[in-house]
Amino acid sequence: MPVRFSAGRAFRRIPPALGIKGAVCMKSTINTPVKRVDAAAKSSGEAKYLSDLDFPGLLYAKVLRSERARAKILDIAVPELPEGYYYIDKHDIPSEGANQVLMIKEDWPVFADGEVRYIGEAIALVVGPDRQKILDIIDAIQVSYEDLEPAFTMDEALALKGGPIHGEDNIFADYHLLKGDPDDAFSRAHRLVEDEIETGYQEHIYMEPQGVVGTIEEGKITFYASSQCPFYIRKAVAHALGKDLEDIRVKQTVTGGAFGGKEHFPDVMATPVAVALTKIGKPIQLVLDRIEDISYSPKRHPSVVRFKTALDAEGRIVAMDADVLINAGAYESCSLVVLQRAIFSSNSVYDIPNVRIRGRAVATNNVPSDAYRGFGAPQGLFAVELHMSHLADLLGVKADEFRSRYFTKTGGVTVTNGKIKEDVKLPEMLEKIKKASDYDRKLAEYTKGGLKGIGISIFNHGSGFTGNGEQAIIKGVVKMIGQSDGSVDLLVSNVEMGQGLQTTFRKIAAEVLEVDYESVRYNNPDTDLVPDSGPTCASRSIGVVGYLVQECSKKLKASWKPGERAEAVHQYAPPPGLEWDQESLQGDAYPSYGWGINVIEVEVDPVSYEVETKGIWSVFDVGKAIDDKIVEGQAHGGIIQGLGYASSEKLEAVNGRFMQRTMADYVIPTSMDFPSIDNQLVDNPYPYGPFGAKGAGELVFDGAAPAYADAVQHAVGKPVDRIPLSPEYLMEVMSK
Amino acid sequence: MSEIDFILNGKEVRVNVDPISRLLDLLREELKLTGVKEGCGEGECGACSVLKDGEIVNSCMVPVGTVQGCEIVTPEGLKETDRGKCIIEAFADSGAVQCGFCTPGMMMAADALLHRHPQPSEAEVREGLSGNLCRCTGYDMIVRGVLLAAERGKGLW
Repeated sequence: MPVRFSAGRAFRRIPPALGIKGAVCMKSTINTPVKRVDAAAKSSGEAKYLSDLDFPGLLYAKVLRSERARAKILDIAVPELPEGYYYIDKHDIPSEGANQVLMIKEDWPVFADGEVRYIGEAIALVVGPDRQKILDIIDAIQVSYEDLEPAFTMDEALALKGGPIHGEDNIFADYHLLKGDPDDAFSRAHRLVEDEIETGYQEHIYMEPQGVVGTIEEGKITFYASSQCPFYIRKAVAHALGKDLEDIRVKQTVTGGAFGGKEHFPDVMATPVAVALTKIGKPIQLVLDRIEDISYSPKRHPSVVRFKTALDAEGRIVAMDADVLINAGAYESCSLVVLQRAIFSSNSVYDIPNVRIRGRAVATNNVPSDAYRGFGAPQGLFAVELHMSHLADLLGVKADEFRSRYFTKTGGVTVTNGKIKEDVKLPEMLEKIKKASDYDRKLAEYTKGGLKGIGISIFNHGSGFTGNGEQAIIKGVVKMIGQSDGSVDLLVSNVEMGQGLQTTFRKIAAEVLEVDYESVRYNNPDTDLVPDSGPTCASRSIGVVGYLVQECSKKLKASWKPGERAEAVHQYAPPPGLEWDQESLQGDAYPSYGWGINVIEVEVDPVSYEVETKGIWSVFDVGKAIDDKIVEGQAHGGIIQGLGYASSEKLEAVNGRFMQRTMADYVIPTSMDFPSIDNQLVDNPYPYGPFGAKGAGELVFDGAAPAYADAVQHAVGKPVDRIPLSPEYLMEVMSK
Repeated sequence: MSEIDFILNGKEVRVNVDPISRLLDLLREELKLTGVKEGCGEGECGACSVLKDGEIVNSCMVPVGTVQGCEIVTPEGLKETDRGKCIIEAFADSGAVQCGFCTPGMMMAADALLHRHPQPSEAEVREGLSGNLCRCTGYDMIVRGVLLAAERGKGLW
């Protein structure tokens, strides 16, 4: 689309910013929805995803996987291979490389090295031109194992069944948080209430399965990947091959959904292909079929949270003790960070005076658990919200009334002894949602156990990387080029994965530069062409990188003359006033928070124990919406995904193998399973977010499950203590 | 191998393939029509949806032999029609598209359901889309998109 740019022309007049450094344009209409730039190409089928791409002479790869949960590999008998077919394993890793997928740690091998720790672990790759033939070869390979005693549950792992899988105690990470003086408060408690809450596995079910293509282009190892973090892939491949980062090029392809599942796992996909590539020198595609993807790609960490809460004589919470366990599976990946967020979330929006929290990420012989939208917060928030609902019920106090007694506010102390810096709009949000849902009337009118229920959840989500990741590790950089024809190039490593970033980033730049958003070019990141602005995760793209885009745009605007070319670069710096110590996990874990409230109404069928959702209401504070429709689309998607987590998405690991492995067995919501959502947004601009925006992508997922569980409790008149709330479990609860 | 004659996006086509191979593979790999996607390979997700004599089917579950003499429409065909353009425009305006992987299939399902109910209720739209899974949108904006297409496209279906 041609664009006219001249110094005097104002496409949209932006009011002068307030005189405060870093302040936002409070009166911006940036939130007005625009047409997404990628909508038409995607709808018509023209957009090309990874397996739509053609590579001349493309070979296919399939992973030979462990069939044992814990074993030594004694021997692998590979039949003679036909011409053009290859068997690639640990022996093919270049000597200057390493049999390690370098993510945060180096514990996950590229190929199993004499032992396997989970069913599905990669032992080798078989590569060739015909996929059926590859399957035949894999079938013919005989792996001899010496079985070892596996530890499948966290209890078994903590008891060191079969000896430790990891380290000496099967614990990847063990954290302790202390706020106030819980020992003292517990000693003076009038009453103690205990609770044990569980959450299950969840699979992302991005509609486009995992896939990478490794090839050599212009003499350089190049990867195409359905990915959230192209620079992560580059780092992992370089490490495995013993090459410099500059020797590897990674291009993100149009990505059909990710939700955290394509944050680290593409590294596990790409590294074996990279090894094969160095041997074979021809393009190689590795795409998982759906059964393989469900069976072997990483999942949301299951959790068990045990609360012990001290109440005084007036029924006030005076202390809380939480023990958080997350099931990390066979390799660590990012479990330590998931655990951090899980424990940081375990008091949600509540300012409880005396708190002790312990968190452990436990190694078990299961598929490794990894990033998934919410990243520990859904587990922590579910547990505390359900616990608060139980306390309210026990004390005979109305659910929302009880919670509001503990609402944090500006200056409130977090569980890491940091302070809430921003305005907390929960009381206003609560008003709005109660009005929209007619909550008070329904809560009173629906008798407990009368099969109709209404539930509420109140929650927050820290924007950006947990702890000091942004300044210590990522140090994100954004680059922009103003071209002589008036168009703009936006160079970042963040990806469009459905959340609308291709459109919202352009809007931010366009609003500052006063140009049309379609004149901003923002291509799928190519590590050779863009600086590393960090990964697409942690709800950081808008909240953190969007601010860098805003600031970089300002710099460009100041130096760009019409008809000339100009460049601007901007690097992340932490907002002023934050204090954080990563060693002790003390201080401000997050620079800002998104806040949310969900209300859900249900009706339970007394014969089939199925739950029908009759109404869904939500209200979110994400600072400022960069596009109302895109944010609302995220809210809808997050809530429905959260309701799936709470209801139909049962994923059980039995003896290290998932019992649900197809889309027929692993049930995600369809268009008929839930009613439409009534969503509201509340403005609460954050000075260090673009136009006041904060992160939204995960916040909108976090609250659905606890609100649903609360509603079901009301309907059945009994407490529940886990998700998913299957009909079988409800039958148990209701028959007690 | 068998010779199969059928009409693809309005043109007569003859192919020589294993009759029990999947229509999905014929379309994507032989004919390079990648608008249909493989989301599951088991007939659950609808990302591979095509119209077979006006009915919506999952091409991953259709043996090529069974399309002998049939009219097959893929996203590449539908997008060129006024109905397809109406749906694509409505999806863009309603916010129906996020990652886009389910969207061509949703477009096919929308066309099929609007043929059955040119002025559908929300419930009829939800039922018409129930064979197409989406993980990103929570469905509301896709439903709104179909209702918008129905309103704008009066007379097209």
